[in-house]
Amino acid sequence: MPTLTRTQRKKAAHLGVYAVLALLALLVALFADWPLLRLNFADGETWRALWPDIFLVAARNTLIYTVLAFTGGLALALVLALMKLSDVLGLRLIATAWIEFFRGLPALVVILFMALGVPLAFGWTPPGGTMGAGILALVFVSSAYMAETLRAGIQAVPHGQSEAARSLGMSSTWTFVSVVLPQAIRIVVPPLTNEVVLLLKDTSLLAIVGQQQSQLDLTSFGQNGLTTYSNPSPLLAIALVYLLITLPLTRLVAWLEARQKRAR
Amino acid sequence: MADTTPATRAIEVRNLHKCYGDNEVLKGIDFHVDAGQVVCVIGPSGSGKSTLLRCVNRLEEPTSGQVIIEGIDITDENTDLDAVRSRIGMVFQQFNLFPHMSVLRNLTIAQQRVKKRSKDEAVAIAKANLEKVGLLGKADAYPAHLSGGQQQRVAIARALSMNPDMMLFDEPTSALDPELVGDVLQVMKDLAAEGMTMMVVTHEMGFAREVGDKLVFMDGGVIVEEGDPRQVLGNPQHERTQAFLSKVL
Repeated sequence: MPTLTRTQRKKAAHLGVYAVLALLALLVALFADWPLLRLNFADGETWRALWPDIFLVAARNTLIYTVLAFTGGLALALVLALMKLSDVLGLRLIATAWIEFFRGLPALVVILFMALGVPLAFGWTPPGGTMGAGILALVFVSSAYMAETLRAGIQAVPHGQSEAARSLGMSSTWTFVSVVLPQAIRIVVPPLTNEVVLLLKDTSLLAIVGQQQSQLDLTSFGQNGLTTYSNPSPLLAIALVYLLITLPLTRLVAWLEARQKRAR
Repeated sequence: MADTTPATRAIEVRNLHKCYGDNEVLKGIDFHVDAGQVVCVIGPSGSGKSTLLRCVNRLEEPTSGQVIIEGIDITDENTDLDAVRSRIGMVFQQFNLFPHMSVLRNLTIAQQRVKKRSKDEAVAIAKANLEKVGLLGKADAYPAHLSGGQQQRVAIARALSMNPDMMLFDEPTSALDPELVGDVLQVMKDLAAEGMTMMVVTHEMGFAREVGDKLVFMDGGVIVEEGDPRQVLGNPQHERTQAFLSKVL
């Protein structure tokens, strides 16, 4: 038997892997019931029936809910991060309690609380009814995660930066606004973009609160389609729309991170 | 004020103590810089020389004692610290330029925010100071695109743009490649020749000898020896000074 060089052995191993993969693909292709798959996942007639509401109503609503939850969550997160960095113990404790509470609960539980529990217990319904309550729940949950990200970003700005600003006579407020925060935001853009992706997927949990036809998000829309047409094709349709939105975002994060690494 | 501080005293430090927990890094410092003087502070690392400098504009909070800047006690609770700080220029070992701003913006932001100068006025002053340090051509560059020596000269120009009465230098050349030290020292020499009051924590004995009006040697949180730089460097009286100088000279 001829002895192989290391490179040749490596090549042979790769070939083996690909041979196994090809065999598996062949088995799937042979044994899968293609007409049945197409009927249930990609039924043309069902897909046509979803058009154009899948974009004009469902995707649009998902994006609106994401933007609302993100902007609200970010604003609240900034307040929480500042509270956590405050030298007033009481503020630090409140912020810590808030963050730990909302990070420790499943988002779905918080949504149910806000949409169903709070109106009963407090006799107060958040603006926008149960949908508003659900979005407010996402604001609370995302604020807890983003507060920690922002705090880390603010602390990652070298101390010498604020010392330089203070030594020039700038007040602590101006120092924070014009020197520390802009640098902190650059640091946290990639993790915050990731948070947008997570939040976008979490808007699917809003399906639980019961939406009117015009309020349907992608997931409820898909679920509705499933029952209306007695066919699961809408699920693949909404999955594709989700990916259409999330994949560019995750690529953006990768690009931002690579750029930041280069800048260092 | 009951104390008679001569009008010529730019910086006066009285019985200054600074502790970090149980660790006392300044053990009762009495020290002064007269207007127009260049005072260099030398000593081994951990001697407290940088801490002393940073207490002068209260970047470090003194534990006890007084720091009096041009007759104003800045350890007094009622002193407007920002106003005093805007009259004390500070240059750091790590430059600390604002990386998200152009060189010009680095020089104008505090002028506009603190001194309330108009944009045109601030830009004119900034450009004059950039010219002074030989970097007018870099006004639109960002700090990351400058060498360490250039960054430090920009940092000096930034401090000068506030028209300070005095300048503090915290080991300004220690983070620089050796070949870049000369340009920064030259800018500092020019500044001294113009009569700027300067307190310089440094390891550059040549600068201290050539430019300094007074040399202070610190060790273990106290001032061990001070006097004319040529005297102290050439004929140190205290044995700790002798031991230190024999290692660095």
